[in-house]
Order: sequence, then structure tokens, then C-alpha cells
Amino acid sequence: MSAAAPVVDGPLVAMLRRVGAVGVFFIRVLAQCLPALARPRLVVHQIYNSGARSLIIIMLCGLFVGMVLGLQGHDLLARFGSEDALGVAAALGLLKELGPVVGSLLFAGRAGTALTSEIGLMKATDQLTAMQMMAVDPLRVVVAPRFLGGLIALPLLVAIFNVVGLFGAQLIGVQVMGVDTGAFWSQMQAAVELDDVAEGIIKSLVFGAACSLVAVYEGYHAAATAEGVGLATTRTVVNSSVLILVLDYMLTAAFL
Amino acid sequence: MRPNRALEIGTGLFVLLGFAALFFLTTQLPGSGLSLGTESGFRVTAKFDNVGDLKGGSPVSMAGVTVGRVESVGFDPNDFRAIVTMRIAPEYDRIPVDSDASIQTQGLLGGKYVGLGPGGSETYLKEGGQIEFTQSAIVLETLVNKFFANFSSRGSDGGDSDKASSDVAAKEDAK
Repeated sequence: MSAAAPVVDGPLVAMLRRVGAVGVFFIRVLAQCLPALARPRLVVHQIYNSGARSLIIIMLCGLFVGMVLGLQGHDLLARFGSEDALGVAAALGLLKELGPVVGSLLFAGRAGTALTSEIGLMKATDQLTAMQMMAVDPLRVVVAPRFLGGLIALPLLVAIFNVVGLFGAQLIGVQVMGVDTGAFWSQMQAAVELDDVAEGIIKSLVFGAACSLVAVYEGYHAAATAEGVGLATTRTVVNSSVLILVLDYMLTAAFL
Repeated sequence: MRPNRALEIGTGLFVLLGFAALFFLTTQLPGSGLSLGTESGFRVTAKFDNVGDLKGGSPVSMAGVTVGRVESVGFDPNDFRAIVTMRIAPEYDRIPVDSDASIQTQGLLGGKYVGLGPGGSETYLKEGGQIEFTQSAIVLETLVNKFFANFSSRGSDGGDSDKASSDVAAKEDAK
């Protein structure tokens, strides 16, 4: 690379460079995670910000996703005369796909954007530069706690989403559509393996890491203007949504 | 950062709720998972020629009532049969020793379960007992194969050259 003329990258090279930059940033954040854990109060604060404050929307959406599963699943299974399998269908659908994916998409919209705009605004108002001048690494006190907070909060949110969703499916399937309660739960318990639960948990951990990484990366690299912060927030939602769905396909293929 | 009471209580509640949900999912959903408190009752075994897709955690029922669960399905290399270990709930301690066990299917597409039929003996099954009379799972493919084998053996009287017409003849025979 010559120092004289600025190199203009083609789209492919630019994309490659971007992926590389995210990778390098990921490693830098990981290196700061252990020191960040030494100050648990910062991490707890971020678990509150991205986890506890997303709880209401996650529970509300989980309930409705479960209720829709109950309706659609009942309609579909009734055609084969096996409404009793509704519990299995709802549980596997929620545990393996809908819980992790819908939960993570909501998380990206609710918590990811907040992280990006917060860090972006810190950058735009020169707070990050000020920290560096005081020999405080912003990666350690700002970025790593937020990354860890998201990583810890999302699996818990997804688990809550699943339980509330199951309750919603049970509400519609058993109370409204008249599936037998015993058949609903016993068939579910007979068909769901610990592996299925583990698959959902692993997915939610991976999505949590991906969502949080994208959010802190976009915030940390936002242009230091009002417009730049807005653009970075948009990119967070778009990139994490695409990343979640692509990773979901890859993980599902790996588990099957 | 100054400690903030509301924030810490909120986070604590959230984390507790999350772990409660995780606990529910891992222990309550998988019937064969880390289920707690199901260790009561007594174990009996039965040998089957074929258990189909019977799995640990499947119900053991008597007259349609679940009286226990399948604990494990193993293979006996000595006589090439499957050993099914069942755990029967302690309140059902008056099952005659000459009862029979059969592998049955829930509905048309449902999972397999073990059905027990009562015998007439005055002595009852207890811990470590074995059920002698067993009936294997009905494998749908074997049934279909037998059905077609029947047809072709009856149709082969007319020779193999015109198989189609002999099949028709066999069907008319069946009517």
C-alpha cells in the first residue's frame, strides 16, 4: 500500500476489510472482558440496561408468538387429526427457532440500538477521547461491560421468552381450542430432549454475542456527528438482524 | 459509580427470573432429562424381541392409566433381545407377576408406550422383578411386507409372466 495516494477499495475488498475490522475489534473487546469483570458493578448496570429494561417487550411478544403458534399449530395439526401433538410442535418451535431468533431480533431493536446510540453520543461529545487522555481505556470501562451485559442478558431473556410463549400456546391450545391438558404436556415431555433445550441456549448465547458485538462496534466507530450516530444506529439493526438469521441457518445446519 | 438500590434490585429480579426460566426449561420439559423427584417406585424389567422406537421417559400404562415410566432401553447380547427397565410408581404395588407387557402406539402417529395387561397370580411384582410375557412392537413396514408377500404368493399360481393380471386376480380373490 503506497502512502502517497489514498487507496480506494473495491466493494469486495471494502467488505473484507470491514469483516476484518469487526474481527480485530472483537478480539480487543474480549481481551478487556476479564479486567471488566473485576468491576462487576459496571456489568450489573449494563445487564439492567439491556436485560431488565427489555423484559416487558420480550414477555409481551413471547406471549403473542406463543398464542399464534397455538392457533396456527392447532389449525395445521387438526387437518391430520393429531391436535394432541400441539404441545410438541409449540415447544420445539419455540425452543429451537422462534425463541432465540425472535428474542434476538427484539433485543437488537430494543437494546442494541440503545447501546450504539449511547456509545456513539459519548464519542460525538468527546467523552471517549477525554477518557483516553486520562489514561482510562474506553474499551475497558465503556465497551466491554456493555458487551458482557448483552451476552449475559440475552440468553436469560430468551429463556423467559420461551416460558411465556409456552404459556401462551397452552392458553390458546388448551383453554380455547380444547386440546387435552394431559396430552399437551405429556407428549411435549416425551418428545423434547435435553439436546433441544441445549440447542436453544447455545443459539441464544451466540446471538447475544453477535448482537452485542455489532452494537458496540457500530457505536464505537460511528462518525462523531448527530447524523453519524443516527446512521450507526440504523446499521446496528440491519446488520444484527441479517447476522442473526445467517448464523441461525448455520447453527441449525450444524445441529441437525 | 454509586450503588443504586433500585437498579440492583431490578437486575437481581431479572437475573432470578431468567434463571428460573432456564431451570424450568431444562428440568420440566424433557421427560427424560434432569427430572427431579421421580426416583420413587420400584423397577421391573421385560425383554422384547423388538421395541420399535421406545425411548427412556415413555409412559408405562395399565388400562390407559400411566402407572410408571420407562427408565432405560438396553440390549442383551446373549439372546439378542431388548431389555426395557421400567420404574413403576409405589402406589401400584399389586400388579400380578404373570402380567403381560406389550409395546403400543399412541394414536396413528404418536410415540410408543408400554402397555401392561393384568395376569391372575396372587403374587405381585416387586423391585427387580421381570415380566415374562411380552409382545413386540408392531412395525408397520413388516406388516406391509407380509401383506404384499401374501398377495404375490397367491398371485404366483398364474405364473410370473403376466404379473399385473395375476395381481388383479388376487384382488378379485380377496373380494
